[in-house]
Amino acid sequence: MLKQIEGSRAVAEAIALCRPEVVCAYPITPQTHIVEGVSELVKAGTLKNCEFINVESEFAALSVAIGASAAGARAYTATASQGLLYMAEAVYNAAGLGLPIVMTIGNRAIGAPINIWNDHTDSMAVRDSGWIQLFAETNQEAVDLHIQAFRLAELLSCPVMVCMDGFILTHAYERVDVPDQAAVDAFLPPFEPVQVLDPANPYSIGAMVGPDAFSEVRYLAHHKQLEALEKIPEIAAGFEAAFGRASGGLLSGYRSEDARTIVVALGSVNGTIKETVDAMRADGHSIGSVSICAFRPFPLVALRDAIRHAKRIVCVEKSLAPGLGGIVASNVRMALRGVDHRVYTVIAGLGGRPIPRASLRDVFERAETGGLDDVTFLDLNWRVVNEQLVRARDVRHSGPIAENVLKALNPGRGAAAK
Amino acid sequence: MIEIRIHGRGGQGVVTGAELLSVAAFDEGRHAQAFPSFGSERMGAPVVSFCRIDDREIRLREPIQEPDAVIVQDPTLFHSVDVFSGLKKDGYVLINSTRSLNDLGIAEVARRFPKGHVRAVGATEIAVKHVGRPVPNAALLGSFAAITGQLKLESVEKAIMGKFPGAIGKANVAAAREAYALTGGK
Repeated sequence: MLKQIEGSRAVAEAIALCRPEVVCAYPITPQTHIVEGVSELVKAGTLKNCEFINVESEFAALSVAIGASAAGARAYTATASQGLLYMAEAVYNAAGLGLPIVMTIGNRAIGAPINIWNDHTDSMAVRDSGWIQLFAETNQEAVDLHIQAFRLAELLSCPVMVCMDGFILTHAYERVDVPDQAAVDAFLPPFEPVQVLDPANPYSIGAMVGPDAFSEVRYLAHHKQLEALEKIPEIAAGFEAAFGRASGGLLSGYRSEDARTIVVALGSVNGTIKETVDAMRADGHSIGSVSICAFRPFPLVALRDAIRHAKRIVCVEKSLAPGLGGIVASNVRMALRGVDHRVYTVIAGLGGRPIPRASLRDVFERAETGGLDDVTFLDLNWRVVNEQLVRARDVRHSGPIAENVLKALNPGRGAAAK
Repeated sequence: MIEIRIHGRGGQGVVTGAELLSVAAFDEGRHAQAFPSFGSERMGAPVVSFCRIDDREIRLREPIQEPDAVIVQDPTLFHSVDVFSGLKKDGYVLINSTRSLNDLGIAEVARRFPKGHVRAVGATEIAVKHVGRPVPNAALLGSFAAITGQLKLESVEKAIMGKFPGAIGKANVAAAREAYALTGGK
């Protein structure tokens, strides 16, 4: 049913359609509206046979989901930012144990400095934990990816993270086609676990594994991700056949088939990038874009096929690896090994900084003429940065960086530390 | 595409205002995208929300920098925020105030825009009369429909009733109707 609906609410309705049996919730902005929405659907009786458990922390939220999943229940939770870090140990455990939990990440920056707004640093921090990571471009895709995520997770017995941009998607009201229950039931069969803690047939899950077998167990985690590379497109194709719209898959190209410059990005910024591509195409530029939906497993072959004909790649990414540059760009270079391409990194949207078309166009045009640095920070305020660099060089007790930068930005509010 | 920016203070309902605009547009079969500002949301602090309305899918995710229309829920914002920032030459401004543009100190700015595009309506007073509380959103949306012609009053009413079913919704609809008529809606 077509609705004009908040992204979080749409995802909550999608979760209910997937009939989870245990939902663990701990609030953290910007994810909170999702679990609030699920709790309302449980209370109203829309979502039946579901135990909604309020826990005391994110660590508990995922730990309870792990216990529930090991006992054979379809389990779901959601978090963001510091909440994801707080449950980090359980994140690795869920993947290591092969439990098909689905978790939404309302993507948000990581402190310090504390910041509640959107970027991808949280998901990137656990990208190698063994979870499958899918990034939604729109709220429609967020809804569709959750339905696909349960199918994928349970097929492989592997946890799946659905990442959606905090505020930009979670708090946006837009048109979403929320599927009906019968269609979701037909697409997503009841959970049939590959392992289950059952008093009638007791065995243990979570053995200690020494040097003689640890590598083998870890290899099997890698193998599972490689299997996911096959299953993700199959499930997306099945979804399209059942629901009549394309959603998910490993990646999707936009006007990229003949493009000499290809922009690569994750999540909602792809919408703004497509508008920029259209405007530049209208002015004769040979440019297109590729939206990566599956970041783990990383679609090395599919991406290589999608971008190798280009002359240059610009990765627009909402996370920073200090001391390296871009995480997405590093992965893209892995896909292009042996191909002589320039791969640029544009760090953008950190801590909720808007990503305007004009700024994107500027860096894309500089990439076309070779005038772009390997790592570029979009719309960086160099005055403020340089003032702090000079202060730190000249004064031993130069004070806290974040506070100094804020004061330099708003000079009326007191001088920087002396 | 038409782009609308709503200025208010935290707690006055800027997000609900944008949401209702988007729902009204959706009800008319159009695509709409409403979203909050990416700034601090403290009670009483200046806040903004945005709404885009178009006849095709809206892919753009940047904040609205050059709006076609601005709604100002709280006229005291003129002292601290440039509510006209980026407004298009033929844009619309709707201010919640019983005072004249002269009294508000914006008569000169208003002359830069086409006649009738900058209007004040006492939305808070209309809300107090009908709803019994200073909640200006519904009245402002009624006036927005009247001044811009971008939405039908019926769609605004339907959006209000969808969000606030029952007596509160009906009272808000009455406020929207009065403001619509006061600002020239037919």
